[in-house]
Amino acid sequence: MELFGLLNYWLVIVLMMIGFYIVIAQGNLVKKMVGLSIFQVSVFVFYISVGRVAGGTAPILADGIEVFSNPLPHVLILTAIVVGVATTALGLAMIVRIRDSFGTIEDDEILAIEKGEDDK
Amino acid sequence: MAVTAFAAARIRNLFAVVILSGIFSLLAAVLYVTLNAVDVAFTEAAVGAGISTLLMLATLSLTSEEEKARFNVKIIPLLIVIATGAVLIYGTFDMPAFGDPNAPAQVHVAPRYILESGKEIGVPNIVTSVLASYRGYDTFGEVVVIFTAAIGVLILLGRGHDRWRPGMRSNVISEQNEEEV
Amino acid sequence: MSRHSILRVVAKFMIPFIILFGLYVQFHGDFGPGGGFQAGVIIAAGFVLYGLIFGIENARKVVPAWATRVLLAFGVLLYGGTGVASFFLGGNFLGYNVLANDPVAGQHLGILLVEAGVGITVAATMMTLFFVFAGQDHE
Repeated sequence: MELFGLLNYWLVIVLMMIGFYIVIAQGNLVKKMVGLSIFQVSVFVFYISVGRVAGGTAPILADGIEVFSNPLPHVLILTAIVVGVATTALGLAMIVRIRDSFGTIEDDEILAIEKGEDDK
Repeated sequence: MAVTAFAAARIRNLFAVVILSGIFSLLAAVLYVTLNAVDVAFTEAAVGAGISTLLMLATLSLTSEEEKARFNVKIIPLLIVIATGAVLIYGTFDMPAFGDPNAPAQVHVAPRYILESGKEIGVPNIVTSVLASYRGYDTFGEVVVIFTAAIGVLILLGRGHDRWRPGMRSNVISEQNEEEV
Repeated sequence: MSRHSILRVVAKFMIPFIILFGLYVQFHGDFGPGGGFQAGVIIAAGFVLYGLIFGIENARKVVPAWATRVLLAFGVLLYGGTGVASFFLGGNFLGYNVLANDPVAGQHLGILLVEAGVGITVAATMMTLFFVFAGQDHE
């Protein structure tokens, strides 16, 4: 039971590390955004797991229900998801502009182009 | 869910990656339902699986669909990731057990919200009353962030290709103008 | 996309229901899951579906660029304005108790207005994002 209690956190960590790996190791900028959103979801799952109360129900008041999950993490994550998509969109917009300027969305090629311009 | 994320890390076709991230969001939404967070699941299903997948597809159609071929697994990032993960897992051994009603997160302000909001606000959905009333400042900030992000996207992409935009390199402009003419 | 007649017919049939569902989520958020954030996204999804099926130009005729921009700002102002209104009525900023004679009714009214502000901003943001991304030239 003790181990099962930690399983959820481990899932969060595995997801977070996959996202982290994508962000630092992959060169493609769109893929980096996907990695960031995986990282983000892992944090969301963490918060929701923290807010979970054994035997509780969804935090909507009704007759005959006494135990609720903690509503506070739900509120935080609810807004964070929408803000997350807005920031993702901003990042994607920057990717489109980078592609306009450099003609590529691979970070090593962008670095090579910049280096070439500095040498000139 | 982890399998989907792992596949997203390995596959090189960006279209498949984006669709996988949509599936990933949907699975996350299912997980939220099982963790009793119905409002969050609702949002994740609508936003994560719907809108953000759509935006990423739109970006792909504006850029390229295939990632450049890379066959090697990079060793140093992998080591960093494994080390960080190990430290975090070590950290979880001190976490309160999953679903413990006496965990620190459950005893601070949440009982007040649960016990009093019915009387003070008169709205059955506690999430709504916390969102809009107790934490109204917070939500106001979030709305302003969304507004700012929309403004930022409009500034970056809002005009057509015919105008000069800050940050655009002069040589690229001339090439594009030639193409358009 | 405009040649797929099944898609067109089904979309025409679906869009009013999507928007109706969005409004339901918006105003039923007090009692069940839902609220401004989700409703905004659902309503925007209805318009985005229209844009995908019938083309961006036609969708732009339904929701012109100035309309989304005005709504974008209007939502934030409605939220902030609710706060300022409660402030002038003698309460704290965003303290809704003073908006009506009875504190609980005031809270109801405040939450309704604030959620409407959130919904309008989110819907306008999502539509703006979609139209801006999809309206780019394809080289």
